[in-house]
Amino acid sequence: MSSQHGQDAKFFQRGKIEEFRAELQAAESKDKKYQKRKTVLKKIVANITMGNDMSPLFHDVIQCIGTPLLEIKKMVYLYLVSYGRSKPDQIHMVIPSFLQDCNDRNPLIRALAIRTMAYIPIPVVTEALSDQLRHCLKDRDPYVRKTAAICVAKLYVADPRKAEKAGFVEMLRDMLLDSNATVVANAVAALSEIGDRQDGVIFRLNLTVANKLIASLGESSEWGQIYILDSLLRFVPEEHSEAEMMGERIIVQLQHANSAVVLTAIKVLLYLMNYMENRRLIEYICKKMGPPLVALLSSGPEVQYVTLRNILLIIQRRPAVLKNDVKVFFCKYNDPIYVKLAKLEIMYRLAREENAQEVLAELEEYASEVDIDFVRKSVRSIGRLAIKVEAAADNCIQSLLTLIETKVTYVVQEAVIVIKDIFRRYPGKYEGIIPTLCENLDVLDEPESKAAMIWILGQFANRIDNADELLDDLVYSFLDEPTEVQLALLTATVKLFIYKSTSDATKALVHKVLKWATENVDNPDLRDRGFMYWRMLAVNPTLAQELVLAQKPAITTDSDRMDRGALDQLLLHTGTLGSIYHKNPETFIRNAAGRALVDTPALNPSSRAVILPLSRPHLPPTTVTVQGPGPIEPTYVPPAEPSKLVASATSEASGQDLLDVDNAIARPGSYDGEIDVDGEDEVPVKTGDPYANLDGAFGGYLADKPQPMSSSRGGNTNFDDLLL
Amino acid sequence: MNSRDFISVIRRVRSPVSVDHDFGKGTSKTTLGLVADTFARRFLSSIKKERQVFVPRFIEIVIHSGEQVLISRLYRTDFKRSIADVFRIQVISNSDVRSPIITLGSTSFFHVRVNNLYVVAVTKTNANAALVFEYCYRLISIAKSYFGKVDEEAVKNNFVLIYELIDEINDFGYPQNSETDTLKSYITTESIMSSAYAAEESSKITTQATGATSWRRGEVKYKKNEAFVDVVETVNLSMSAKGTILRADVDGHIQMRAYLSGTPECKFGLNDKLVIDKNERGASDAVELDDCRFHQCVRLNEFDATRTISFIPPDGEFELMRYRCTSNVKLPLRIIPTVNEIGTTQVSYTVSVKGSFGAKLSATNVVLKIPTPLNTTTVDCKVASGKAKYVPAENIVVWKIPRIQGGQECTFTATADLTSTTVRQVWARPPIDVDFQVLMFTASGLIVRFLKVFEKNNYHSIKWVRYLTKASGSYQIRVSLGCLIGF
Repeated sequence: MSSQHGQDAKFFQRGKIEEFRAELQAAESKDKKYQKRKTVLKKIVANITMGNDMSPLFHDVIQCIGTPLLEIKKMVYLYLVSYGRSKPDQIHMVIPSFLQDCNDRNPLIRALAIRTMAYIPIPVVTEALSDQLRHCLKDRDPYVRKTAAICVAKLYVADPRKAEKAGFVEMLRDMLLDSNATVVANAVAALSEIGDRQDGVIFRLNLTVANKLIASLGESSEWGQIYILDSLLRFVPEEHSEAEMMGERIIVQLQHANSAVVLTAIKVLLYLMNYMENRRLIEYICKKMGPPLVALLSSGPEVQYVTLRNILLIIQRRPAVLKNDVKVFFCKYNDPIYVKLAKLEIMYRLAREENAQEVLAELEEYASEVDIDFVRKSVRSIGRLAIKVEAAADNCIQSLLTLIETKVTYVVQEAVIVIKDIFRRYPGKYEGIIPTLCENLDVLDEPESKAAMIWILGQFANRIDNADELLDDLVYSFLDEPTEVQLALLTATVKLFIYKSTSDATKALVHKVLKWATENVDNPDLRDRGFMYWRMLAVNPTLAQELVLAQKPAITTDSDRMDRGALDQLLLHTGTLGSIYHKNPETFIRNAAGRALVDTPALNPSSRAVILPLSRPHLPPTTVTVQGPGPIEPTYVPPAEPSKLVASATSEASGQDLLDVDNAIARPGSYDGEIDVDGEDEVPVKTGDPYANLDGAFGGYLADKPQPMSSSRGGNTNFDDLLL
Repeated sequence: MNSRDFISVIRRVRSPVSVDHDFGKGTSKTTLGLVADTFARRFLSSIKKERQVFVPRFIEIVIHSGEQVLISRLYRTDFKRSIADVFRIQVISNSDVRSPIITLGSTSFFHVRVNNLYVVAVTKTNANAALVFEYCYRLISIAKSYFGKVDEEAVKNNFVLIYELIDEINDFGYPQNSETDTLKSYITTESIMSSAYAAEESSKITTQATGATSWRRGEVKYKKNEAFVDVVETVNLSMSAKGTILRADVDGHIQMRAYLSGTPECKFGLNDKLVIDKNERGASDAVELDDCRFHQCVRLNEFDATRTISFIPPDGEFELMRYRCTSNVKLPLRIIPTVNEIGTTQVSYTVSVKGSFGAKLSATNVVLKIPTPLNTTTVDCKVASGKAKYVPAENIVVWKIPRIQGGQECTFTATADLTSTTVRQVWARPPIDVDFQVLMFTASGLIVRFLKVFEKNNYHSIKWVRYLTKASGSYQIRVSLGCLIGF
């Protein structure tokens, strides 16, 4: 082994173009075994890596192309891949040498030549390559053929129309019948890329070819299996039996050691299940999917993370999967934070009456860890558990009270936020703990928790003896509070007044707040609400009472599941980036291809009922001013720029509109919340609720989910342009 | 069959966005390369030092050492080398990175850290995230197998070879054959003369690299045919302070070193039983495996049909299978901690460890890490076996026991003195962590029943089987909440 240790580190030094040129020229005369040339080229490659522009040496470097040493040839080719594109006027000088290599007896050299040529997408090279490629696609050596298949994809990216005209797409298609599995896999990969382009040909599979591809899985490399499995989504079953047979043949791939093979196989199975009729087979597949998913949790943390984010989707669509396995998602002390947060979500999803105690015990454990995010999410999960599993509510409340006793600020704030929802979920059951909450009033310094506490004070003002004093204190800083808190204060004082309309102090308080809200505040929402209350109280106090203290719709956890149709669509992207962010790729990646289930006679009635058409691509803007590079927070929205705030709000809204419109078609009237991507408890807001505008005050749960850092429409940040 | 009808060559109507040939805007896919190029010069000249990694299709790869790019291979024209700068700013300089994946606009960065190096993959597509990470892991393992270790020095010393390798194992972002054994037959550090690179020799290589057994070289010959099988099990335990087992499972893998001539056909048998449905469990001595995954050489169809593990092994070392077992896990070490608070200034510990396996076996390299409160000043430890030492920097007592015989019990007693603090420090109360190894023992109870080798030359082969059960960082006993909170 020691003989294999290179000694090239010394070449990592910034060098001057002139020196390298002189050294290369010196090497032309006396160069035993080409050692000198090799050394200079290594220096040049090191400098390219370090980001130093070596393009002025183009002419000198290509002189070495004829050197019969393979290592030198590869370095020259690497140089050409780096700078070839920028030298369209000189590149013709290397073409003869490329052509010679394309016809070398050695298949490795032939493949190397076409591979390199295809990396240089300028017309004179692609022209020369086209002729060679036609032969290479039919080369007797499979290694050359598999390289040629990828070259077609490269050519297609460089100039789609030309590649089509030259007939390469048809040749690729014929390669799907090649006798060598590696060639088939690469042809599939190339066709898939071409088929995913918005301006490309459409790539579909029929039953015969799909079956042939499945048959070649056994002989493919692990990567080849991924390309082939992925392409099976392009086959649309017309009959139940087609989907069922195919599913049965793919199940064995779940046993593969490569996590990408497993997740891609799961993707295909989930897709095919939409077209299956045989309930037993569906159940069997669900059972078979669980263990491999759990097994992936012993891979590296990165793969664990990918798996966990996918499990979160899969168990929403197929609750049978992993339903008894909540324990494997308990966090290990040394799990990376992203793994812990993802596990927490799944634990909550899998919690049921039978395992609620175990889950609660874990959550309590986590609530005393040090990572603030993790602790907060754990506390919140305890509250959500109380809302989800009625039988565990008592214990959850008890545990929240214990946590409040710790007086750790963020724990208390988080607890108050969830307790507010618990009050709404179980009216009349836990109000006895209000005094304990009131003791911690001073700790609350975040808008969300403050607003939650104020809501509690207002809602139960009739049970809290000193509610007027407490609110009076809070109102003191009214004008300095964020809108969220101001809105809550306004409503709470109105409620207080309705409960205790006889008290002069209350009257004065409500008058003060209404006056502030309508006269001293710029926020239109706040002002409008102030006027509304004021007029209502003035015109008809009885009606005001009915309205303000109207019965609230019950909170359930039904709304925290993602819409079925949206899930079906998202699961077509299992294992990909889209599945990490729980977003369809076309909504956050420019030019990404969306996927949708195709309606055929074989499609399940239940899947058909919720089918979503491909959503309109939501493309990022085309021209944007570029902000200088710098760390940008995921949820960063500069508050000082009102125009930008509005802009980002509209862009988000349009995304939701899309989904909402689709929902309305799919399940009229059954769903009026937004699609809750992260599965947090979203309070379903009905129009009759006086808090309808208070989204911000009671939502905000989505802030900490993983998400792409997107550019705002019309804003001044656009990463695409930044990175171009 | 009619091969014509499965792709319809229909040109789609181009959307208004992609017909945009306005170079200034630079958004059209077709013009991307050119646009990138115009700006490339300017950007290139402004780059200073940094180290980074490699990239595949969906991807560009970069190896970054934190300050300097060590390797950067761009497969697509939609990126420039300056992409590494963006990564440096977003991830390396960011002290609070909370995800291995970061997406900025349409561009996503995937990173894996290894010995202070970042292996980064960059893409503008909806890449298969699992594939990207598997590829990064593979890259690291290939590098390990070539250079022995993967660190800044090794990467720098072999950068030309690494470029060759990544060009071979990835084409245009599509991972290709990445079997080390095959790669080593044609990507080497020795200088090869193109002409000397015999065409026939190469044909053999290419056949192998694309063949159905791409992991095995053709003519392997050994004087002595041997196969070594190592069954290595890692026990994961999470036990509550009260002694309830919260979770106990085994991650096992079977490592094989095959030194067998020709093209041997192997059959491998275990005392396993794969559990599909937990409710279907019946009484049997067979070990219940929740799941197993195999090296790509194993014929999955055959396993599915007949439960036999049959394969043609790669030459040398490889991981034959991985499995998981959650039922009837035999915990090799039984730990009983008692932690008591004495007033507010002292904590007393009694921790006992017992080897619960046959008297002939022994656990070696046993290391217990016992957490102490953050305001601990000194710890007075008493042990009959091994050595115990307080490590203030980590707030733990490390108790090392070289060997525990089956049935033997060792006890640790200690008193920790605390400073009185007025400010409450947040203490995460880490669990007691136990590392150990037990040879010839499997926590799952798994046994290799047979390994048969069939080869056309019918040679005699010797097989060796070893078992090892170990824990490192995953065998944890929580410390009671009642006693220790509030220090």
